[in-house]
Amino acid sequence: MAGGLFCDSLTKVYSGSKGKKALDSVSLALPSTGVFSLIGMNGAGKTTLVRILATQLQPTTGRASINGLDVMKDAKKLRDRIACVPQEARTAPFMTPKQTVLSYLLWRGIGYGEAKSKAVEALAKVGLESQVDVLNRRLSGGTKRKVLVATVLSSDADIIFLDEPTTGLDPISRRDLWKLLANLARDRFLILTTHYLEEAEHLANTIGVLHSGKLIALGTLEQLRATVRYQYSLMLSAAQDVPTVRDGEVTVGAAGQTQVLTNEDEAREISKSLLEKGTKFSMSRISLDDIFFHLVHGEDEEVHSQ
Amino acid sequence: MKSSGWQVIAGILVNSIYAMKNYPVMMVNTVLSPLSFLTVITFVSRGQLIGEAIEGGFIMSMFQAGMSLQGDLSHYKNDFKLQDMVVSTPSSPVAYVTGMAIGEIIYVLPALAVLVVLAAIYLNPGVVGAFELLAVLLLMFLASVSLGFTLSTFSSDIVQSFAFSRLISTLFSTLPPVYYPVTYIPLPFRYLAYLSPTTYAAEIAQSTTGLVQLSSETLVTAWVVLGAVSLALLLISIKKARWREI
Repeated sequence: MAGGLFCDSLTKVYSGSKGKKALDSVSLALPSTGVFSLIGMNGAGKTTLVRILATQLQPTTGRASINGLDVMKDAKKLRDRIACVPQEARTAPFMTPKQTVLSYLLWRGIGYGEAKSKAVEALAKVGLESQVDVLNRRLSGGTKRKVLVATVLSSDADIIFLDEPTTGLDPISRRDLWKLLANLARDRFLILTTHYLEEAEHLANTIGVLHSGKLIALGTLEQLRATVRYQYSLMLSAAQDVPTVRDGEVTVGAAGQTQVLTNEDEAREISKSLLEKGTKFSMSRISLDDIFFHLVHGEDEEVHSQ
Repeated sequence: MKSSGWQVIAGILVNSIYAMKNYPVMMVNTVLSPLSFLTVITFVSRGQLIGEAIEGGFIMSMFQAGMSLQGDLSHYKNDFKLQDMVVSTPSSPVAYVTGMAIGEIIYVLPALAVLVVLAAIYLNPGVVGAFELLAVLLLMFLASVSLGFTLSTFSSDIVQSFAFSRLISTLFSTLPPVYYPVTYIPLPFRYLAYLSPTTYAAEIAQSTTGLVQLSSETLVTAWVVLGAVSLALLLISIKKARWREI
């Protein structure tokens, strides 16, 4: 696939890890447009995959390419087209947002005058026009993240890597950043890792689920939904009577809340009876959280049974 | 200007100009360290060793500038993830390190300016001598920058990295006879001093300005050792430094 992201049996074993595979034969092929979101638990291999694709880390075996450019053989050419905000990246406290973006553009080889005007323009796009000359250390956490997004936004790169860009942000700052990322993805290919499944659900065109270094699912939200048997979820708070379920799964959480996963017809029936009893509940189509739990749980069970 | 020129300028701006502009107090330490040794040695020797101490100040400033690069690069890499951001740009490792290294020299410019004035008054090395001194200092800087960059790419912990930087600085610029002639060290220990490239740098500098008399064989040996160490460290940094991690 020339105009896309392609991985073939990509494997990474870090030295000193006693052979443990951080990435285990990951193969995928998808078009390089919109937002590709990688989700997974801590240590699932998200950052390792992003660092290999962003030419920061060598794979142990396997190969990968983006738009026909091999991440190893064509790294130099690829670096003209990519930009990356790594996991836990921070702005230098002794610099201002303008200096941060300007220096990044100089590293991309853009001349000083052009870099300066592009920096101001990018900072204005993320709503920081009034703070371009304020020291980074005086900015809030959310604003600092916006500065980092402005660095990649200011570049002419058409493939952008963002490794957990919203971790640690409050819900409002996170949603602000989502708007920026959605705008960014209009004419660029965004590869985004996140712990917030709601974020992937909101932004991603394609979602990849990594678990213990393996890619256990890949597709649109609808395609991932289709892998789960039950498509509807009913949530009941603690101390409610658990309804009888003919075809479905009932899970009781640690705090006593109950989740029922079932098909559409039965979900309607149960909700009707709950309404008649005056029981408080909510009903929705299964979320990415449910799908993720189903996929990871299924994978773990398969490993245990082997 | 070519794009690599702008990449070098980015390193200079980040590693010196912006920090100096926004936190001017950062310059004070780089001035104090070499000048405080110079002052102590001069007072203790009652002015007898002022020439050696000035040259020692030059050598210490350049070596420490190179070793500071290790701490700073490690800080940018581990705390800000700047190296990863730059790896994913068209910038080359050479442009990145060159800019950052020049940034370190800019930091020590105030100290060097004071030392140049003192050297003009007390050493008066002449044009050839000044060029020889400059060559020694550049070799010293090249060696320490190569060592600093290589170590920084292996570091994953800033506390450990700064500790290493201070340790190497002390081992190579404070303990060896940089501020005084090597003959001041009793013989069994003098051989240990020759394990440090800064000892050879100080010997050449002291010989160039007539502060010590060396045989031509000793002088040639000093140049060869200094050149070989600098070249070896440069080659190691080219071969072993991890721009893209493995």
